[in-house]
Amino acid sequence: MRFQLTEDQRDFENALDDLLAASNTVAAARAWTEGDHALGLGIWKRLTDLGVNGLLAEGGSLVDLVVAHEALGRHLAVGPWIEVAALSSPYPERVTAGDLLTVAAPGAGFALDADVAELVEGDVGAQLESVDATRRVFATHGRFMGDADVAALACAAQLLGAGERVLADTVTYVQQRQQFGRPIGSFQAVKHRLADVRIALDFARPLIYGAALSVSTDSTTGARDVSAAKAFTAGAGWQAARAALQLHGAVGYTQELDLGLWILRIRALVSAWGTPAFHRQRILQSLVGGRA
Amino acid sequence: MDLELSATERAFRNEVRAWLAAHVPAESLPSMDTAEGFEAHRAWEAELAADRWSVVSWPEQYGGREASLVEWVLFEEEYYRAGAPGRVSQNGIFLLAPVLFEHGTAEQCARYLPPMATGERIWAQCWSEPGSGSDLASLRSTATRVSTGSRNGRGWLLNGQKTWSSRAAYAQMGFGLFRSDPRAERHHGLTYFLFPLDAEGVTVRPIAQLDGEAGFAEVFFDDVFVPDEDVLGGVGDGWRVAMSTAGNERGLSLRSPGRFCAAADRLVELYASGASTSSSGAAAGDRVADAWIRAQAYRLYTWGTVTTLAAGGDIGAAGSVNKVFWSELDVDVHETALDLLGAEGELVSRWTDGHLFSLAGPIYAGTNEIQRTIVAERILGLPKEPRPTEVRG
Repeated sequence: MRFQLTEDQRDFENALDDLLAASNTVAAARAWTEGDHALGLGIWKRLTDLGVNGLLAEGGSLVDLVVAHEALGRHLAVGPWIEVAALSSPYPERVTAGDLLTVAAPGAGFALDADVAELVEGDVGAQLESVDATRRVFATHGRFMGDADVAALACAAQLLGAGERVLADTVTYVQQRQQFGRPIGSFQAVKHRLADVRIALDFARPLIYGAALSVSTDSTTGARDVSAAKAFTAGAGWQAARAALQLHGAVGYTQELDLGLWILRIRALVSAWGTPAFHRQRILQSLVGGRA
Repeated sequence: MDLELSATERAFRNEVRAWLAAHVPAESLPSMDTAEGFEAHRAWEAELAADRWSVVSWPEQYGGREASLVEWVLFEEEYYRAGAPGRVSQNGIFLLAPVLFEHGTAEQCARYLPPMATGERIWAQCWSEPGSGSDLASLRSTATRVSTGSRNGRGWLLNGQKTWSSRAAYAQMGFGLFRSDPRAERHHGLTYFLFPLDAEGVTVRPIAQLDGEAGFAEVFFDDVFVPDEDVLGGVGDGWRVAMSTAGNERGLSLRSPGRFCAAADRLVELYASGASTSSSGAAAGDRVADAWIRAQAYRLYTWGTVTTLAAGGDIGAAGSVNKVFWSELDVDVHETALDLLGAEGELVSRWTDGHLFSLAGPIYAGTNEIQRTIVAERILGLPKEPRPTEVRG
């Protein structure tokens, strides 16, 4: 019983954070929205060299995977990261080599980045528009292949990372912003709202790690635990985004401030790889089966 | 990272499970906040203690098994899963005992821990006062030094009033904070005392709670003599000593995950049994799933805490994160159940009992408003609230 990251996992997390923090991920994301992939692909390459793409194919654990995806979410990384994680099992060599592969989520009629990445199933149709412009999506009728639970878990981890990021940025902002002669962060209404975000994210993380362990050990409850992680973290992440927007006020509601990129990313990821309603239903099905 | 139990831990869990299966009463006991139920719960404590299951984590010399933190959590999971009676001794074993272990003398431990472990002596916490709830440091009950010439030798005279003291209506003993230095303000000059509730000068007035039972009481002190040997920790050091119990109450010790997982499992059973009426609709399923998810989150979070503590770490203000989460989860689990029951949700049942009990959670052990402020200031690092002295100044 040791329910905490190992030293190696913390070192890996720190190395990723350092690399991403030094990579101007926001500029890469803004360029990506215009179809200018150069910066984003440069980061993709550096992360490939660090071993992020090949984590699962090379025998890494799902805990390693969620550590990586939390960092990707925290830094607003662009590209089909969740998709290549899901495709690690059918395409281990290509994923490890850093090939850009993509696939539509089960039930979704579109796939991420199908212009720059190779769609492994189906034909690429017209470009659609995601609420998160850094997610370039294309219509497809192909079926899903790969591991949807790995994808949902990676998506939950990205939501956690993005939630942590907007919380941290908001905590900084409310200490700088002065109104009525005080930092707004000294007002109880502001504090309590941020405390609730802290609490929600603190309880999301163990669900994600727990699901990573139970899927890894082929537990029969693995799928249910992934659903718990995704449903809960979608709620916690969006709670963080709403609080961040509200407490930044009007400036948070602009495209100029980078915060908006994270808010829209979080909203898109809430819907992606199984809505909260889908995952709750899957949990109920597993708990009560045909009884209810 | 792993959630695997060792062979020893699994064996411990099996032993707990077997004992509980053989001993947990088939019929639930009457409320511990009635005279009859209080005695029935004390008898249950004695039964637990006879086989050394009442205080598993304590040293053997005081009736425990020196169980590890992991084993303690396993015990609690099994305890609640088995539907075993509530712990009438919980304020003593979970709030006072950790303080005795940390700050008490060997003599105090020897005198007080064994009868606490057997349920022979039940303890009530005397902290809040009519004018001092969330702002506990404003308390005004006093302790006055008396030496030679007084009734029983050297000691203190307690005066004042405490309130909302859980179990005090029937308990034998109390522990509380009193102002021993009249010139000191707020958290300075307080001392932690232990005293019998039938001492001369103590008047206990039971207060009926929302459910009508005397779950707590006011306690009046009129020149109550307490000898020096019943001061816990140093004179004037009461705040620091008391805060070590506050951490215990808020954090891991009092609210084991077993309680919420068992309640969530019962909720799932209720939903599966078809109790869900058409009026509760599809949204009811979402709420049941959410309750189950949150109970799992709490269970896993606790294993993280156990890992931290086992490595010698300190959870600090994270106890406040914990307290807000479990207390709100508890309310939501029960409210979901009541809604599933439809019109029958009004009728007194195990679910309504649990619901009324849960409603106290966000209030006691530091209100959730106080906890959120602690999370914001000590974990997020936001600026502090203006303090009372600044307001007055």
